[in-house]
Amino acid sequence: MGLAPSYFVIGIFMLVPMIIMGVFSFLEPNPYGGVKPVGSLAAYVKLFFEYDLEDNLVFNPGYLNIILRSFQLSFGATLLCLIFGFPVAYYITLQPEHRRNFYIYLITIPFWTNLLIRTFAWIIILGRGGVIEAPLLAAGIIEDSLRMMYTDGAIAIGLTYSYLPLMVLPIYASLEKLDLRLLEAASDLYANRFEIMTKVVIPLCKPGIIAGCILVFIPCLGAFIAPNLLGGGKKLMLGSLVQFQFASARNWPFGAALSMLLLSAVVVTLIFYARAAKRREVMEGSA
Amino acid sequence: MQRLSSPRQGKKALPVGHYRGLGAWTIVFFVFLYLPIVVLIFYSFNANRMVMNWGGFGFDWYLKAFQNDDIQKAVWNSLIVATVATVVATAIATAGALVLARGGNFRGKTVSLGLITLPLMVPEIVTAVAVLIFFAAIGLNWGLGNVIIAHTTFCIPFAFMPIRARLEGMDTSLEQAARDLYASPWEAFRFVTVPLLMPGIVAGAMLSFVISMDDFIITLMVGGAGSTTLPVYIYSMIRRGLTPEINAVSTMLLFVSIAIVTAYWVLSRKTQQDSVH
Repeated sequence: MGLAPSYFVIGIFMLVPMIIMGVFSFLEPNPYGGVKPVGSLAAYVKLFFEYDLEDNLVFNPGYLNIILRSFQLSFGATLLCLIFGFPVAYYITLQPEHRRNFYIYLITIPFWTNLLIRTFAWIIILGRGGVIEAPLLAAGIIEDSLRMMYTDGAIAIGLTYSYLPLMVLPIYASLEKLDLRLLEAASDLYANRFEIMTKVVIPLCKPGIIAGCILVFIPCLGAFIAPNLLGGGKKLMLGSLVQFQFASARNWPFGAALSMLLLSAVVVTLIFYARAAKRREVMEGSA
Repeated sequence: MQRLSSPRQGKKALPVGHYRGLGAWTIVFFVFLYLPIVVLIFYSFNANRMVMNWGGFGFDWYLKAFQNDDIQKAVWNSLIVATVATVVATAIATAGALVLARGGNFRGKTVSLGLITLPLMVPEIVTAVAVLIFFAAIGLNWGLGNVIIAHTTFCIPFAFMPIRARLEGMDTSLEQAARDLYASPWEAFRFVTVPLLMPGIVAGAMLSFVISMDDFIITLMVGGAGSTTLPVYIYSMIRRGLTPEINAVSTMLLFVSIAIVTAYWVLSRKTQQDSVH
């Protein structure tokens, strides 16, 4: 009975809306926003094709390229987070307990502060005559702007920065349970440093690594703030393309179809995760 | 093969499991994490009109931000939304957590857990689109009310997690003792369970509040003209041109978040220590 309010609120205001969104993606757009109650596959056709001047359907890679770029940038940012975050999570594990807690506090602080304003700060850092360029210009090392803003690189930095804590925290959580005596044992059995890392530490914290990658990848895929502020609206990603359909283009079914696409990518990722977790359980059970 | 413990020339041997450069890497990591925050705060004291051209130290933009009526209105909207969403979401999450943690193993427990954490799994932009379409489809147009409904929904899992964690760390012996001493079920709940659970409830409420105050994309999509919250207003300022006024407002919002999260941190540390004893 105590669950009824949760069911009610999340069911009515989250689950039902997602179902309606699915329905809307199969309707015809109303030119001023909203939909006409006429069934249509136009929104999904639009993902791949466009009409030329003679009303023929021709292949249009424009949207596919945006989707592809979203995946590439999300993969890239996830990888950067992993490379950047894993050693830090490991380093924190080696610290005495009171200091570990403080490190975790430091990592969570940026995560709980407003993402919009933290991304805005990157404009000041990367922008023309900003924190990076100004001293280089003044010293005469560079003569012209480095043009770091409005590039895929800027978006990748923004995404990495946004979701870095989501990589470190789960890895730390699984490393924390690591029995350091296992490393001693490996060393006694003539494993070198590299082997200790690749054959003992990494396999044992694999669940944390996978969880971290998923926690970073999913929000990256739907990111709006980083591509919008650092990509300048020219370098679109899925999230900003979706927002554009509702704010300016007024093509609701297409926006809904793109959201469905995003949602399916998330579902596939989560199923992959659940299966990996199950496989691990089975293997540990038999061992 | 070289043994790890053999001392190298000139350098002190590292203990097993330690690697050179880890500490330096960690320092770089924290610089990366905090550089934008430091830059943001630093440039809020810029007296120049253009944010990137340093024009001397001054509090001008803070004064300007305080006198800006639109900002005041946006702050009020943010506070109203966050307060209502927090109270409602925390109440709902507490009821849900009590059933999930104390209701034993009932059918549909996994599904319930999945449903409550659903807002965490779905990308924010998808939630925003779905809710926007839903409100349009049913013709609900309550202005700020729409925003409050959306915020309440996604705040539930954030309130839920610390409450459930607290409940799972509490054993039922004190409640049973109260019942043995002739407390009614309601009295046992009101005078034993609730006070013990309070740190979890407060922690959950704090997280909800911060999450609601910081939300941008869902409010941007769902909120109409009159329901601009502070992050949405900051976004419109960024679109209009970069002045240090943005930094001044952002710095203030930043400190509110940091203060609440620090309070949350202290509280949850205390909770951990309590449950140890």
